Amino acid sequence: MKTVFVTVGTTSFDDLIEEITSAEALKALKYRGYERLVLQVGRGSVLPDPQNFPHVTLEVFRFKDSIAKDMEQADLIISHAGAGSCLEALGAGKALLVVVNDKLMDNHQLELARQLHTDSHLLYCTCPTLTETLRSMDLSVLQPFVPGQPKKFANFMDKALGLQ
Amino acid sequence: MPVMFVLFGGVFVFVACMVFMIRLYIVVRNGKYCKPGNKGLITLLVVAGSGGHTTEILRLMKTLSSAYSPRFYVIADTDRMSEERIRTFEKSNHLLDSDTQFTIHRIARSREVHQSWASSVFSTLNAQFYSIPLIFRLRPDVVLCNGPGTCVPLCVAGLLLGILGIKKVLIVFIESICRVESLSLTGRILYHFADYFFVQWVSLRNNYPKSIFLGRLV
Repeated sequence: MKTVFVTVGTTSFDDLIEEITSAEALKALKYRGYERLVLQVGRGSVLPDPQNFPHVTLEVFRFKDSIAKDMEQADLIISHAGAGSCLEALGAGKALLVVVNDKLMDNHQLELARQLHTDSHLLYCTCPTLTETLRSMDLSVLQPFVPGQPKKFANFMDKALGLQ
Repeated sequence: MPVMFVLFGGVFVFVACMVFMIRLYIVVRNGKYCKPGNKGLITLLVVAGSGGHTTEILRLMKTLSSAYSPRFYVIADTDRMSEERIRTFEKSNHLLDSDTQFTIHRIARSREVHQSWASSVFSTLNAQFYSIPLIFRLRPDVVLCNGPGTCVPLCVAGLLLGILGIKKVLIVFIESICRVESLSLTGRILYHFADYFFVQWVSLRNNYPKSIFLGRLV
């Protein structure tokens, strides 16, 4: 079953949860073949009841120790712009759509999402444009994300500090 | 007589400041000639922050060999998550010798997120008060840090060891991957004092020519 995993990180992002569970957005997802929707809603006050959504398999939770499994099972990840979530999703090799919270002031977390968008590693939208983006997005433009190379750091330090 | 007293006092303070500045300059400039690896083991002090900072620094630590030993981790006293993660990391990392010792030290946090500037000054001084005895006791070869506010007082204490001629403490700073166009506050301060200053995006390297860019590290 094609799955979408939505994650808001450690805080809350009610607008995103409301928008993704709107009739229009669900229709757009269904049209693309996504049948299962998993929502990580954090501290949010919007907690959709799966019984109200008979046409889609819906799972909702606030927090888990690790969301690695949810990421692994997803075909598309929709995430807030937090650096940790973005890197985890890309590290799992998944298609990623970042939804920017335009109600928050520009914070430095956005810098990374913007750069990764410039480098075509993720798609980027806001809540009001989410449904339209789900309809029109082209996931084939996304470039694979090469993980960072901490070994280069270790090699550099070994040499600089005189280790044999 | 009082005039002479003030004059001598002034001259003394001026000379003391000059000596301090010259020592600071020499300590910072000579870092690249300092090779603690020549004696075998490198004593490492790692400043772990909360959340993303800890994730990033543990990813870097994962590739370091057991020559970096012993390892002293410093975390903020309000940080509940990091200690558990460090212990899990040390247990699971096969590159680092499990027998080699590591210790975890707690220190007053110098700045909480969203804390006002005025109270930041006070809490940073408080953290400084705890950092100096800690660094003087542990005497690490290298301080490794990546951005939590706690690292500034620890690096200042490390510089002080060098200025007093007790030991050269190398400062290694890795700017967070989140920083693409601008340095963090900690980064802007430590850019001037770090012996090795890493950035992870080419746009930052272009703006800060003294920085080291090896691509994305984490």
